[in-house]
Amino acid sequence: MLTLDYSHTADHRLGGARSQAIIGVVASGNLEILLERVLPGAACEVQIATPVKGYDATWEAVVTEFVSRSSPGGLRISINDGGARPDTAYLRLMQGCALMERS
Amino acid sequence: MMQDVASRENGSWLQATARQRLAGLLDPGSFAEFIGPEQRVESPHLPIFDLPRAFDDGVVIGRGTLGGVAVLVAAQEGQFMGGTFGEVSGAKLVGLVRAARDHKQLPQTILLLLDSGGVRLQEANAGELAVAELMRAIVQARCGGVAVIALVGGKAGAFGGAGLTAGTCSRVVVSEQGRIGVSGPEVIETNKGVEEYDSRDKALVWSVCGGKNRRLIGMADAFTDDTMDGFRAAAQAQLAVSKPLDLRTLQHEQARLAHRERTLGGCNDAAAMWTVMGVPDPDAVAGLDTLDFITLAHSIKDANHDAR
Amino acid sequence: MTLDEVLGSLFPAGHHVAVSAEGWITGHATRKTGGPVSVIGVANGVALGTAGVIPLAAQVLEVAAQDDRVPILVLVDTQGQLMGRRDEMRGLPEYLGHLAKCLLLASHLGHRTIGLEYGKAAAGAFLATALATDILVALPGATPAVMDMPSIARVTKLAESRLRELAKTTAVFAPGLDHMVFVGAVAAVWDPAKPLDEQLEQALAAASPDDVRDVRGAERKGRPVAAEIAKRVGAEATGQFGLHAAA
Repeated sequence: MLTLDYSHTADHRLGGARSQAIIGVVASGNLEILLERVLPGAACEVQIATPVKGYDATWEAVVTEFVSRSSPGGLRISINDGGARPDTAYLRLMQGCALMERS
Repeated sequence: MMQDVASRENGSWLQATARQRLAGLLDPGSFAEFIGPEQRVESPHLPIFDLPRAFDDGVVIGRGTLGGVAVLVAAQEGQFMGGTFGEVSGAKLVGLVRAARDHKQLPQTILLLLDSGGVRLQEANAGELAVAELMRAIVQARCGGVAVIALVGGKAGAFGGAGLTAGTCSRVVVSEQGRIGVSGPEVIETNKGVEEYDSRDKALVWSVCGGKNRRLIGMADAFTDDTMDGFRAAAQAQLAVSKPLDLRTLQHEQARLAHRERTLGGCNDAAAMWTVMGVPDPDAVAGLDTLDFITLAHSIKDANHDAR
Repeated sequence: MTLDEVLGSLFPAGHHVAVSAEGWITGHATRKTGGPVSVIGVANGVALGTAGVIPLAAQVLEVAAQDDRVPILVLVDTQGQLMGRRDEMRGLPEYLGHLAKCLLLASHLGHRTIGLEYGKAAAGAFLATALATDILVALPGATPAVMDMPSIARVTKLAESRLRELAKTTAVFAPGLDHMVFVGAVAAVWDPAKPLDEQLEQALAAASPDDVRDVRGAERKGRPVAAEIAKRVGAEATGQFGLHAAA
């Protein structure tokens, strides 16, 4: 198993009232994402546990794009990856963020 | 409070995740999770096999309300490792049932959303023990008046230890897509040959372990279509008729199962069984829609009982 | 030990235990203390299907109906549940669940139940028989297995040699009596060189309807987290209602 860690500072803190959300399942081609509003200011951390090696650059790109698109400031995001494709990962991250933005 | 992508009332139970099923089943906003994913109580064993873990180890437990009635709930995630019983996921189930058994102030109804192929082979011994502990806890809880209602309609079905767990519950609700068995079709084919069981013959498989057969022989008490609304309504109805377990219950079950063995023991296929049981047109069963099938099931004497 | 040897050592004064042609064990015997014990089981490594459940459960229910706390001994040498289309079709999960419930109810009603594994034991039938007792003991040479290694290898897509390597450091998945001891399933391994009737008395004295297997598994380090998680669920469930959490 491989663990990847990315720290970002988003544009601003994410709005919404939810303190945490979970989305997806750990299955072939899928992943689960746990989002927790526990970091100060606009800090954002994304940690990925994955059995698939060699995709560090892809994950980094997905996370960077997601952070710039969604500004998930204040969120610690933890991922258990079951072997998802980058577009699936991206979609789930966006869905997770949308859940956190709900009041 | 955990929530997932929205589930509509007529959303498919089969396609849903465990969390989506709980959201669709329980009264909106009523679910409170125990040992939630943020606690990260994951399997200590999967890393040894280089396998990904789940934050909740594939079982979601907690409490909520169903039509205003307080209930405890447990939902297996069939998409994670086939919904299998591991050390952690098993212990969550065991802990929930023991809690209801030991604390009368807790809701005395447990909804078990089974979706499991049995024990997780990577943790086989722990999983097997968890099932044994769960079955013991269920019987003790039921003796004390706790109602344990199994809901079966996921892709993994309820096989192995999950099948036996269904066999210890107060009441069982099943959909057409739900399957309940001990050995899976592929395992039987591998061990006994394709003549004995062609696991790729879908119609055969469903006639053996599928929801309609289970309902007709009296292994399930209620049949529903594959919707959140359907499972919700069926669970509520079963809640109302659950009774404590006692010696008389098992004496009646003994009579019921001995009778079935005597009368159906010579049948070679499901159609033959259903004929013996009084189904007028066995070949039409597969094609019957939900309402017609439910009507049929209610007319079959041996399909309706409280000897479980 | 053969079944006859087991029975001879358990009941040196004689017994009324019989094995049917299909391998179902029924009957009764007298303990060293002079009290009666009901005996059921599965012999000769046969598979347990719907037909076998009927006579075994019938006897358990007869015992359960008596108000006399007679214990029940379950002798286990089974290859597992019967694998067949017709038994499954007729509701095998219900039958095996029924046998387990009967044993569990008998325990609840005051009859101590003890499983003695002296041969194979696997999955479904194991759950319905050996693991549905208050206490499970085994004779050395018993080979309990949830699933055989080749099948585990096939499903996990790992080489058997790799699995055997892994099994040296964890008791959690591989077949074998030692592992069943470490995870808490088997309370004790009996000594075949000593009289079994005395060991039966010790086991019955230790038997109780309280399920301590997870605690035992934690003490023996085979199942490090199950007991603590089960307890934690209870604490969280009661804490959420604002009740005083159980100790």
